[in-house]
Amino acid sequence: MRRILAAVALLATPAFAETIAITGGTVAIGDGSQPIPNGVVVVRDGRVVAAGANVAVPAGTRVIDASGKWVAAGIVAGFTSEGIVDGEGIQETYDGAAGKSPFNAAIDVSVAVSPTNQSIAVDRAWGVTRAVVSPEAGDSIFAGQGAVIDLGADDAPVTKARAFQYAELGEDGASKVGSRPAAYVVLHDALAAARQVSHGGDWGRDKDSLITRADAAALVPVVEGRMPLVVHVERARDILQVLSLKQDYPSLKLVLLGAAEGWMVAPKIAAARVPVIAAALADLPEAFERTAATESNVGRMEKAGVVVAISSVDVSTEGGQRNLRQYAGNLVGISHVPGMTGLDWGAAFATVTSRPAAVLGLDNELGSLRPGRRADVVIWDGDPLELASAPVAVWIDGVAQPLTNRQTRLRDRYLNPQEGALPKAYER
Amino acid sequence: MSDKVAALAAFLLLGACTQSGPRSASATPPPSHERVAEPWKADPFPSTYHAYPGVPTLVTNVTIYDGEGGRIDGGQILLADGKVVALGKNVSAPAGAAVIDGTGKWVTPGVIDVHSHLGDYPSPAVKALSDGNEATSPTTPEVWAEHSVWPQDPGFSRALANGGVTTMQILPGSANLMGGRSVVVKNVYARTAQGMKFPGAPYGFKMACGENPKRVYGSKGREPSTRMGNVAVDRMTWARAVEYKRRWDKYEKDDKDGDPPARDLAMDTLAGVLDGKILVHNHCYRADEMANVIDMSKEFGYHVTAFHHGVEAYKIADILKANDICAVVWADWYGFKMESYDGIPENLAILQKTGTCAMIHSDDPNGIQRLNQEVAKAQAAGRRAGIIIPDEVAWTWLSYNPARALGIADRTGSLKPGKMADVVLWNGNPLSVYSRPDKVWIDGALMYDAHDPKRRPVSDFELGQPGEGDVK
Repeated sequence: MRRILAAVALLATPAFAETIAITGGTVAIGDGSQPIPNGVVVVRDGRVVAAGANVAVPAGTRVIDASGKWVAAGIVAGFTSEGIVDGEGIQETYDGAAGKSPFNAAIDVSVAVSPTNQSIAVDRAWGVTRAVVSPEAGDSIFAGQGAVIDLGADDAPVTKARAFQYAELGEDGASKVGSRPAAYVVLHDALAAARQVSHGGDWGRDKDSLITRADAAALVPVVEGRMPLVVHVERARDILQVLSLKQDYPSLKLVLLGAAEGWMVAPKIAAARVPVIAAALADLPEAFERTAATESNVGRMEKAGVVVAISSVDVSTEGGQRNLRQYAGNLVGISHVPGMTGLDWGAAFATVTSRPAAVLGLDNELGSLRPGRRADVVIWDGDPLELASAPVAVWIDGVAQPLTNRQTRLRDRYLNPQEGALPKAYER
Repeated sequence: MSDKVAALAAFLLLGACTQSGPRSASATPPPSHERVAEPWKADPFPSTYHAYPGVPTLVTNVTIYDGEGGRIDGGQILLADGKVVALGKNVSAPAGAAVIDGTGKWVTPGVIDVHSHLGDYPSPAVKALSDGNEATSPTTPEVWAEHSVWPQDPGFSRALANGGVTTMQILPGSANLMGGRSVVVKNVYARTAQGMKFPGAPYGFKMACGENPKRVYGSKGREPSTRMGNVAVDRMTWARAVEYKRRWDKYEKDDKDGDPPARDLAMDTLAGVLDGKILVHNHCYRADEMANVIDMSKEFGYHVTAFHHGVEAYKIADILKANDICAVVWADWYGFKMESYDGIPENLAILQKTGTCAMIHSDDPNGIQRLNQEVAKAQAAGRRAGIIIPDEVAWTWLSYNPARALGIADRTGSLKPGKMADVVLWNGNPLSVYSRPDKVWIDGALMYDAHDPKRRPVSDFELGQPGEGDVK
């Protein structure tokens, strides 16, 4: 009974969006600008009213003193399985890949997102407030439609369902259907069917088309440019091939995922105005399609004018999305190493806040502390990119969030490992 | 049968070679009466590593963590002839020594990763190079990781340049209960694996608990398919090993001429463990399983040197300490499989508070590039839980404790006069996310210099490829 009450209390606590002003802290807006000392962040009705220097505190607003701390935009995790798996190796809990499904592009991952998964509570306590959630390709080059979610402690995790379609066209795509050229045949077959539907044609599955009705329908917003198509490729030549898809499908809103060799063709990516979700620090030639991988990839693409977000893909995901800030910090660190290209602090922080939102066309809605954005705000006890720092308060949509989770409970139980008067199971 | 005869013949041939003169320090001298030495004491693949030339080098005005918990601010350190010569506030250097101004920088012992698969699971991760685990049987004590190490793995260079890693243990994988022998290497490229081997380092023996063995063999419909099966197969194998060693010990003690016992390469490794010559590194996530292994080790008379991946080590920190076992852990990995579900970032700090030998490890070609950062996170998690661990003490998780677990702490892992000059000069506080190695010396030789592209190794694989010689 006590546990049930506690659970109810947990869900009930963050039920309303406060009007608050957070003063005195170093403000990191997340839009690429540099941190602002002694700034103010004002939040009302779940949205940011204003953030920065010389921001007036409206009369009657509850003021939170953040002197000596940092007040930052919540972190947006660039490409994850957040909420669709309780543990990556725990197969029974994984809703990411659908190898047995006859449908692929039509898959809508948002229906599976569970806000009570351990990783949601853990990452939330580490300042991750939103996540891009993607399915993984099963037996097709199409993985399905990904979502953008919040990590709030409530029962409504989905910010935007069907936020993008995800496809594999590099080595991983080739492994699904046999070869890269075969993957392109599948792609063109599917997009042609979708275009036919888009042009008002009756759905009568063409004799030689292998795509299902549901999958073709799901690709209609892709060919019409209403839904981004996130394509995973790594090799420079594969990137150019993807960029050339716009010749056949001018409305496509392409996003590159991975792009380890993006730096080699960065001016062309920039000219095509195609944004990138890069693997943060992947510098190993782990596949032949990534022989030119370097930690300088993100910095070099940014320098060429590409909009770049980072993800934990191909680095280490086992520590959770909370480590994205560490990877962003490394991009600042390498800017001091001769020959390497990194990012300044503001740009690095943007790769884990506004840039993942911008990549999906959502940066007017979330990912920064600019006026009107969803009020995802984190107070850190120090520089959010620095390893010793941690959040002391988190708001999502202006709602204060609990920072406890299974990990903090285990810590408290085992801070002294020896058993006491009763077994550990009675300590909580 | 025929393979055993062949192995025996090869061994006798080796014995003949050793009689012709000293081959290596650790080869057992031939006993009188042409008796055959206990085979696990032999060294058939000796190290050919040699230190590269260095110049006497003095780093001045630098913050030094000595690796054993000591710290010198505004200090100096002198390296010469491959060794640490002296460190302190003021150190006299020989005329002509290279002097490096360390203002704003830090000097630490080189990072030692006790758990790597570089070389045996190298980049590129193609099937043809996937040599990390002879998983065809639940127990393969006969395999040696060094025979899988591809010395051209591009990952070694990243571990050096980005991670300041100077020594690592390369282990077989964890699909099976007994994966085989590990090898300890200096992080110096060579044409052969022998050319990387840390001279005189004891062998390690990889064991694994938990999900992996029961999944891999259970899915093939064979034992073990459960945790109780895991322990049963281990115990049956140890029982054979005890008997094997008894036969050899009896042969050794026996004055009368007689044929030596039949040679068994798998049993050789296990007998080496029972003899204390080979150190057990046991992959084991869960607290309860570690406790089972401890009892099993007592039953058969061996010692577990370290539990690796001990994400639940914090739950039994006191038991590990009482049994003189080190805990080898990540900073914050958790939840990627059921047996890692209870991982917490305070693991290292709770172990340290309890007085348990603890250290960081990577098990990952990316993670090995940032072990200093992993320690910084673990230290910070401890601080928030009220466990204050100074920076210079936290560094014991990166070099000295790993050296202890590898049996090489008398030679490396800390900056003490006379020890190997395995040293990193960091361009800032090495527990900050913003810092990177500026220079790395191994045995006093400058093997990486951020300011000199010629002191940046490029493996054969990367020659002529896109990105050759680029920063990584």
